[in-house]
Amino acid sequence: MKTNDVIFQTVAKIVFFMIIFFAIHLFFAGHYYPGGGFVGGLLTSGAIVLLLLAFDMKTVRRGFPVDFKWLTALGLLFSVGTAAGSLIFNVPFFTHAYDYFQLPLFGKTSLHTAMLFDLGVYLVVIGVTMTIIQTIGESE
Amino acid sequence: MIEPILHVTLAVLAIAMIGLIYRLVKGPTVPDRVIALDAMGINLVSITAVLSMILDTSNYLDVILLIGILAFIGTVAFAKFLEKGEVIEYDRDQ
Repeated sequence: MKTNDVIFQTVAKIVFFMIIFFAIHLFFAGHYYPGGGFVGGLLTSGAIVLLLLAFDMKTVRRGFPVDFKWLTALGLLFSVGTAAGSLIFNVPFFTHAYDYFQLPLFGKTSLHTAMLFDLGVYLVVIGVTMTIIQTIGESE
Repeated sequence: MIEPILHVTLAVLAIAMIGLIYRLVKGPTVPDRVIALDAMGINLVSITAVLSMILDTSNYLDVILLIGILAFIGTVAFAKFLEKGEVIEYDRDQ
């Protein structure tokens, strides 16, 4: 029996972007407000799960042509690289640095290397969650 | 002035929650229980909103949106499971 999910698919296409934008907001607000890499990553994978529910695995894999195991590895590399980068400047492991910059669009902005570490957490959470869900969903 | 009103609102929402829990436990069919769970999620949104007004903080506003999204995804997954028997399909066109 072929089902027609036109309402659900249309809603999912719109809500997907809302969830993604909310996840990005949570990720960038993590330094000053509740949020951060973990919740942002979980919510991003939640948005992809919504697309998996509305469409199927093949379509979503065509939309996100990444192997999520590599995403996990890339996130771990980011985190370790941020931590080890402090060794170059002759300071202890995991020492973070920050400064204020005058960016063209944002004005005076504080850029912190903890953000790069958080980006690693974000990628690892997306990779692990999507790997688990795809592995479970694939088995017949 | 607003404080006692908020407490009364919390009490009313708690009573509504008890009614939903009754439907969740008693509900004769599975869709009844799914609808009860969805409504409980929306009720939790209201409780969080009233609680953030009582505690006078805006840090819970992210939680409100989060509960809404999670309740939506959870209800949709349950509905698809009831309809098709599997949550994530491999190829829809087959």
